[in-house]
Amino acid sequence: MENKNKVLLKVENAGISLNDKSLVKGVSFEVKQGEIVTLIGPNGSGKSTTAKIALGIYKKIDGKVKTYTNKIGYVPQKISIDWTLPIRVSDFMTLTEELNQDQINIALNLTGVEHLKNKSLSNLSGGEFQRVLIARAISKQPELLVLDEPVQGVDFKGEIALYELIKKISDKMKCGILLISHDLHVVMSATDYVLCLNGHVCCSGTPHNVVKDSKYRELFGDRASNILSLYEHKHDHTHSQDGTIDQK
Amino acid sequence: MLDDFFIRALLAGIGIALITGPIGCFVIWRRLSFFAGTLAHSALLGVTMALVFELNIALSVFLISAVISIFLLQLQTKTNLPNDALLGLLAHSSLAIGLVIIGFLTTIRFDVMGLLFGDILAVSQSDLLVIWGGGVFILIILKIIWKPLFASTINYDLAKAEGMNPDRYNAIFTILMAAIIAISIKIVGLLLITGMLIIPAALARNISSNPIQMALLSTIGGLLSILIGLFSSLEFNTASGPSIITAALLLFLISLIKTKKFSELKK
Repeated sequence: MENKNKVLLKVENAGISLNDKSLVKGVSFEVKQGEIVTLIGPNGSGKSTTAKIALGIYKKIDGKVKTYTNKIGYVPQKISIDWTLPIRVSDFMTLTEELNQDQINIALNLTGVEHLKNKSLSNLSGGEFQRVLIARAISKQPELLVLDEPVQGVDFKGEIALYELIKKISDKMKCGILLISHDLHVVMSATDYVLCLNGHVCCSGTPHNVVKDSKYRELFGDRASNILSLYEHKHDHTHSQDGTIDQK
Repeated sequence: MLDDFFIRALLAGIGIALITGPIGCFVIWRRLSFFAGTLAHSALLGVTMALVFELNIALSVFLISAVISIFLLQLQTKTNLPNDALLGLLAHSSLAIGLVIIGFLTTIRFDVMGLLFGDILAVSQSDLLVIWGGGVFILIILKIIWKPLFASTINYDLAKAEGMNPDRYNAIFTILMAAIIAISIKIVGLLLITGMLIIPAALARNISSNPIQMALLSTIGGLLSILIGLFSSLEFNTASGPSIITAALLLFLISLIKTKKFSELKK
């Protein structure tokens, strides 16, 4: 990565333990401007925990975390809004940042949920809510985006569109992205640097190098290693909803 | 013409309703109704402390509430007992200690009933000053911290990650709750302050669709409860504090009917 861009987040040998049991340890990585770093690993391997460590959510951690920006957008893995709290999508959008109506509309439009603006959050489906979460995180034009399974519950077509959007945001807005994803296809095709976690960093590097690593094969199986070959061709067209081909 | 004491009671009640309206919403949103109850119970201990050490009652209640809050945080780190059990433990033991200490104060005539249910008709001008001065102060602080407090209420992790410092605002909110109980203990009494915090906010939830609207409706519901409660206590010669809460309950029941009809319309 011969990237001369500003470092936004630096995690050095970080970890956390709960009741003397280590959840994750010895994690080091950096996120720079315009770069997508992904965390992959099996369930319970400490992906979300690592993201929370990086965001400074825990009080006591081992190692060091430095953030070089305070413009951060976060899409947490789980968020539940209590019924007792009446809140519309438009209220939620301005949760941590003052935005005008245009900024709200643009962000909601990007994730395809502008029509839900005045709906109550508790009436949204899982996929709709996820799109709102992403819209909120990008609307404040963050320098660092942390996305924890951002497309869970989103339909297949929307999933691809959202990942394309995330890629576009990192290119256009030059923001650094820390992504947690189960979707190895996406990880391998669209990200710059991969950390494979299982309580510690099993292996890390560019997607190309990681798939060749024997530890990656151990964790995800041989089929996962073939993923890259699937993706090392360029798509020169997309399909619109009725199946017609749009040339790029 | 209304008597002076009644006008003072109205002014005091209006002041209380203006504060408990928006703060009560946060109490409901943050699931703190039991915590508010615990602070209210501990207020009895605060009052007895004030009598023993000849302190200002509001100040003493405020200090005891703060001590109880800190003690609760300590207990949470020491044991895995659920929060409601810890709160029940603190509420009843502080009430009990307060009553035990009253037993020793044989020289002081002490109106426990007045403390439990408040005596809004006995409000003095200096009480009014405490309520309105303290109330304005509490509302200004709430206005300033609204955004980060609201973000922390929605989701701790999100607020923390995006630099809203939820720990600080959670602490400030606890202090505000202690302050409300301190300034209103004499007016509505410790058993009814929780009612004023919860019932107007609960009825507002039934008929509102966004947070600001809920805070406004909660305030209006509180004001109506005060007016209906006080005037009916005058009319039917009933205890004023309980009349206010009964009025609030009636309004709550009405808000339920309305939502039922509304949701039927949607179908």
